[in-house]
Amino acid sequence: MLIPCPHCGPRDLSEFSYQGDATRTRPDPASTDMKAWHDYVYNRPNPAGPHREYWQHAGGCRTHLLVTRDTLTHEVQAVAFARAALNDGAGKP
Amino acid sequence: MAEYSALSLLKNALTGNRDWKPAWRKPEPRPSYDVIIIGGGGHGLATAYYLAKEHGITNVAVLEKGWLGSGNIGRNTTIVRSNYLLPESVRFYDFSVKLWENLSHELNYNVMFSQRGILNLAHSPSQADDYIRRGNAMLHGGGDGVWLTPAEIARKVPGVDLSRSARFPVIGGLLQPRAGTARHDAVAWGYARAADRRGVDIVENCEVTGFLRDGEKIVGVATTRGEIRARKVAVAVAGSTSRLMGMAGIDRFPIESHVLQAFVSEAIKPFVDCVVTFGGGHLYMSQSDKGGLVFGGDLDGYNSYAQRGNLPLVEEVMGEMVAMFPAVARLRLLRSWGGIMDMSMDGSPIIAKGPLPGMYLNCGWCYGGFKATPASGFSFAWTIAKDEPHAVNAPFTLSRFERGAVIDEKGQGPTPKLH
Ligand SMILES: Cc1cc2nc3c(=O)[nH]c(=O)nc-3n(C[C@H](O)[C@H](O)[C@H](O)COP(=O)(O)OP(=O)(O)OC[C@H]3O[C@@H](n4cnc5c(N)ncnc54)[C@H](O)[C@@H]3O)c2cc1C
Ligand SMILES: [Zn+2]
Repeated sequence: MLIPCPHCGPRDLSEFSYQGDATRTRPDPASTDMKAWHDYVYNRPNPAGPHREYWQHAGGCRTHLLVTRDTLTHEVQAVAFARAALNDGAGKP
Repeated sequence: MAEYSALSLLKNALTGNRDWKPAWRKPEPRPSYDVIIIGGGGHGLATAYYLAKEHGITNVAVLEKGWLGSGNIGRNTTIVRSNYLLPESVRFYDFSVKLWENLSHELNYNVMFSQRGILNLAHSPSQADDYIRRGNAMLHGGGDGVWLTPAEIARKVPGVDLSRSARFPVIGGLLQPRAGTARHDAVAWGYARAADRRGVDIVENCEVTGFLRDGEKIVGVATTRGEIRARKVAVAVAGSTSRLMGMAGIDRFPIESHVLQAFVSEAIKPFVDCVVTFGGGHLYMSQSDKGGLVFGGDLDGYNSYAQRGNLPLVEEVMGEMVAMFPAVARLRLLRSWGGIMDMSMDGSPIIAKGPLPGMYLNCGWCYGGFKATPASGFSFAWTIAKDEPHAVNAPFTLSRFERGAVIDEKGQGPTPKLH
């Protein structure tokens, strides 16, 4: 599996560190809504198909990336900088 | 019902083995059952067997989308053990080991359960402390555990690199003598045959594609072979749990699916006679009766429904194998494969009624569901029959995540790839 890092180009999986589902939204830290916190901490959509997920290019430029990858085939469909994606709202579900 | 005996073997050998009955029938699914079990893996088949045997519920169908043994029950490295720390786990897995000890007799099918022991190598003083603490917890819970010094390890497993110059020198090891291995296919076939003989319909090539509902209540399933109704519907689909929950309208669940790879080498003469694990990384290995070394390591570490992994993990596992047993460096690999693991948020399983009325759920097995097969089937059948948990599965609820009552052996928190 190769992940095309926007800085470094296509690099081997072994250079990246997986950080999981990117569609979770943390409740407001002041929130005491137990249901919302439980859902954020423990529940995942775990799709069979396209999955939006965070990776860090830990063995390269160390940038955090937002990757869309098919969990049935491991095909990487899109890669963006996590920060840019979050700032324009694209990281939200 | 002892169809397999020395006498029957002899008789069939003399008649050219032409008169054996198929181990299970191939029935057409009926329009309705008392209980439907989705998933013909080890857990689904064991559940069907114990429903029939312990509770007299025989109007049961097991629906399997492929063939029996096509899932993780036929893909694992067959280690059976109960060397756990937390009391809930010790109780459950010790109960399972006890069922394993009598399983071949119980099923009249040789599952080749071999109590050859499991040795966890420790490589640092803190790891040794941790293992000894776990050993004490095992003894406390009524199980068995022994601490071995390097000299004792050298006698038991001569191939281990015990030199001080090793990258991770071995300073001792925790042995559970009653642990061991079993033949995974035989476990599926043995339970299937025993359940079939008690009247359970095992329906292969029958994929569940949706649930039939009456309001909130689940009253049956839609399948590739038509609709089938049931009073109770039990789900035991391991790595496919989230997909089945999705069909029931539950699109967020405390499970992630990950790929785990395993490997087998070419056959060699007897080399190791127990299961050995490497604590400098994560590796477990044993030698099969055919002579191949059977081993595996960590998950690949990313969500996956592909039953195959990637090369970095292969390299890592081989590196660990050679660090532990330098003598195997030139051995050739025969096969490797992958299976989809239902990784839960605390590393422990869920065996409970729900989450919807009429539904029962068995999942979250992570790396370790093979050893659990008998206890899982026994306690899941109990839960389905009586609508309340057995003492051994009572802590393994789905609601534990909401209540903060997680059972997290390693204290890793809700990051499934770390369990
Ligand atoms: C490489 C590897 C090594 C392992 N090593 C060990 C080990 O050493 N010790 C240990 O204790 N555990 C081990 N495990 C874990 C163990 O194999 C699993 O936890 C256990 O087998 C899961 O339960 P099961 O047997 O019921 O699962 P499975 O055999 O996977 O059964 C689930 C079944 O559900 C079926 N299914 C899915 N969706 C549908 C549908 N829609 N309709 C109908 N049927 C469906 C699947 O086809 C499958 O047959 C290992 C697993 C792997 C992959
Ligand atoms: Zn990079």
